[in-house]
Amino acid sequence: MTTKDEDEIQELDRVTIRFAGDSGDGMQLAGLQFTNTSALFGNDVSTMPDYPAEIRAPTGSLPGVSAFQVSFSSYEIYTPGDEPDVLVAMNPAALKTNLPDLAKGGTLVVNADEFNETNLRKAAYEDNPLEGDQLAAYRVIKVPITSMNARALKDSGLSPQQIDRSRNSFALGIMFWLYERPMEPTLHWFEEKFAKNPAVAKANATTLKAGYNFGETAELFPDHYRVRKANLPPGRYRNITGNQATALGFLTASRLAKRPLLYASYPITPASDILEELAKFKRFGVKTFQAEDELAAIGAAIGAAFGGALGLTGTSGPGLALKSEAIGLAVMTELPIVIIDVQRAGPSTGMPTKNEQGDLLQAMFGRNGESPVAIVAPATPGDCFNMAIEAIRIATRHMVPTIFLSDGYLGSGSEPWIIPSLDDLESFEVTSPTDAETFEPYARDKETLVRPWAVPGTPGLEHRIGGLEKSDTTGLISYDPENHMRMVAYRQQKVERIADDIPELTVLGKPEGALLVLGWGSTYGAIISAVQRAQSSGLSVSAAHLRYLNPFPRNLGDVLARFDKVLIPELNLGQLRMLIRARFLVDAIGLNRVTGRPLKIREVEEQIYKLVQQKAVSVA
Amino acid sequence: MTSVAPDPLPVLARKDFVSDQEVRWCPGCGDYSILAQTQKLMPELGIPRENIVFISGIGCNSRLPYYMNTYGFHSIHGRAPTIATGLKLARPDLSIWVITGDGDGLSIGGNHLLHIIRRNVDVVIVLFNNRIYGLTKGQYSPTSEQGKITKTSPLGAIDYPINALSFALGAGATFVARSLDIDVHHLIATLERAAHHKGTSFVEVYQNCNVFNDGAFIEFADKAVRPDRTISLEQGKPIIFGKEQNRGIRLNGTTPEIVELGNGVDESDLLVHDESRPDRTVASILTRMEYPEYPVPMGVFRAVERPTYNELLEGQIEEARSREGEGDLEALFAQGDTWVVD
Repeated sequence: MTTKDEDEIQELDRVTIRFAGDSGDGMQLAGLQFTNTSALFGNDVSTMPDYPAEIRAPTGSLPGVSAFQVSFSSYEIYTPGDEPDVLVAMNPAALKTNLPDLAKGGTLVVNADEFNETNLRKAAYEDNPLEGDQLAAYRVIKVPITSMNARALKDSGLSPQQIDRSRNSFALGIMFWLYERPMEPTLHWFEEKFAKNPAVAKANATTLKAGYNFGETAELFPDHYRVRKANLPPGRYRNITGNQATALGFLTASRLAKRPLLYASYPITPASDILEELAKFKRFGVKTFQAEDELAAIGAAIGAAFGGALGLTGTSGPGLALKSEAIGLAVMTELPIVIIDVQRAGPSTGMPTKNEQGDLLQAMFGRNGESPVAIVAPATPGDCFNMAIEAIRIATRHMVPTIFLSDGYLGSGSEPWIIPSLDDLESFEVTSPTDAETFEPYARDKETLVRPWAVPGTPGLEHRIGGLEKSDTTGLISYDPENHMRMVAYRQQKVERIADDIPELTVLGKPEGALLVLGWGSTYGAIISAVQRAQSSGLSVSAAHLRYLNPFPRNLGDVLARFDKVLIPELNLGQLRMLIRARFLVDAIGLNRVTGRPLKIREVEEQIYKLVQQKAVSVA
Repeated sequence: MTSVAPDPLPVLARKDFVSDQEVRWCPGCGDYSILAQTQKLMPELGIPRENIVFISGIGCNSRLPYYMNTYGFHSIHGRAPTIATGLKLARPDLSIWVITGDGDGLSIGGNHLLHIIRRNVDVVIVLFNNRIYGLTKGQYSPTSEQGKITKTSPLGAIDYPINALSFALGAGATFVARSLDIDVHHLIATLERAAHHKGTSFVEVYQNCNVFNDGAFIEFADKAVRPDRTISLEQGKPIIFGKEQNRGIRLNGTTPEIVELGNGVDESDLLVHDESRPDRTVASILTRMEYPEYPVPMGVFRAVERPTYNELLEGQIEEARSREGEGDLEALFAQGDTWVVD
């Protein structure tokens, strides 16, 4: 075996690869293996799967394209990259749908065997794009992946269809060579994954190596690349998706609160993973309940909370709409439930697998009457763990339904996560009353305005609650006008006072200046990256990211007042901006994208330059 | 160690289950009787008061929890079964009663009723059927007869009504019964059977709304005609009815026939009531017997044993623990490939 000279290796800081193919081509698996290998190698990584809503659209068709993007780097990164540097396209449809995203001058690795008449027609190509100069702006590397894979596996004893299913491993092998990745973790994974089918495990291993060796010997690539280890904070890491972190976070919260957890949910994209994850954790005593519909799911959560357990339900936007009435019941009965909303593009069914932050105002106001709830929003996949714990802490300490606003990009995206130690997590046990002499169902704590969480099974505390207005202190039904006014105010103030129990907002950069970029939720990565770049170019810009949306951190008004301008990037038409303008009378500027895609660093950066330079001009 | 005798359980009476709330149903409402029998039954069950929870939806019936001195939850329209399910899963130690009506249970909450029964969650469901919407002041309900004239059906309702017990059986109910508000002995006996059944107990109570649908059941439920126009189902006995106990029900294929005893017809020709039949067919035939074509069967139609949802869930948790051990959270955090950055 020949070894290429060291001088043919180029050093890069960051590379973004997108694997794209038919939804049956195993692109998610190839992407995940590349991710895990890179993470184990020591890079920082960030990923974004992009899969169709159709389970199996016709083979080779445009709607059937499935993709997985991974960015890996030698420094800390916060997004899966604005656009891929390398696109692996397993067929014409994958090329057609993904080419517009590829950086100009980027590398295109295509499975040339699949560019036949049938597939070109399915992808609505009139001419073969591999011929002619359509792709002149890219470095195109044509590899006959299908036939080379078949040749590598001709003695494998597998059927032609089974052999074709290993093409992703051949393509992965090429990428492993191109970026100097070790094959061992993947070879080990094949053995585990296909333990019951050694022939398939062996075939994937053979073709992975064949792809790797092909990269090395074929000289199609002028050089290959090295991305050094990143300098990450010390600790033990694993890779985690937002939905996995959400499930672990709620499980952990149950331990910290010393209350059992019931998760009731109805399957819905992109929240179903959480139910699937928690259903595996039976040995932890978690009870999962796949309800008949969204209404039943939240009803069960409320029932569990009435019984003294942690009542948790999860859904996406359409399901949150269905749960509205029951959230109002939890507001009225002041029971601690948590509602997870993994947002997706709406309205209505919208684009189930695409991303949007369209549910903030629904979470805030989408109920009849004055019906305040607490709202938290994780900023990154790993942060879902922290905010899940916070959601339970707030709900139980303040006896208030709490909405956990995640989104599809956070839920299915992944990043390296420092594995926490239980000793570092603070418990927050909330006690239930037992003294029948002093008990009143709606007597409130003077500081927090919280009512007691009295649970069935406690002698002498028998009481009735419900959706009808309550009399202050006694909790009996009341239609008294002044009482209603007082109870509405109590419920509102109770939520506002949570501000004393959450951290202040921190500012990344100087605490004052020309521009503050204020965000919430999954736009964190793009905003932080853009602001850091602008700061390193000397611009007077800072960033702040809201993880508590109702109530806002108590210093938010002060933070806003220290900047000349406030920019609020959001994947909606300006929902946080509306709240900020209404609350603080700040003339915030929006950067609003609703493409179903995550926000790009460049989009934020351009807006920062526009706003800060405008100021420079007006001052001059 | 000296052994200490446990404190004797306090003996409770009906008054211990009466809350301090003034009952606000219309005078003469059938709900009073159901409330009274329920309160009377509670001390008989020997369950500590604090372990009993009444959960309701919306409707006149759903005020009942306020009048019971137990834990109670007056929830939202149609959703009581969902709250009861969540509570039972979290707290299998509690005795849970769902109070619902024909609108709450069979219209807006039909889906939940279907699924709680299908899952056999261990609760008692009492459906007050008055064949009208009372709380909203007199619109037709899903059990109103076709042609019924109400405020929203001035030319007569064109909906075909649903039969509550057929619905419950269709969902696989393990306990199905029917009683009558004014037949207090039958009612308390039926509720007692329901309370002792393990699994979802579904009880329909014909309940007169004397304001908006007065006399809905009088044609067969009036004391004078009741023996001739209803059947009191008794386990293991041939189905006989009538003031003279001279008529019975015979099955002709799957069609029930009313026969006179005598003239060559004797008890051995009659259908013998067996609530424990694993197959639902015969119980279903009985639920389809409606007045005036047939006398209306009252009592327990079906009572079979089947593992409850809450037991099965607990069982899975125990099994997972015995197979995999108690969960180790930190091990779970570190699952899969991990790496160390120094």
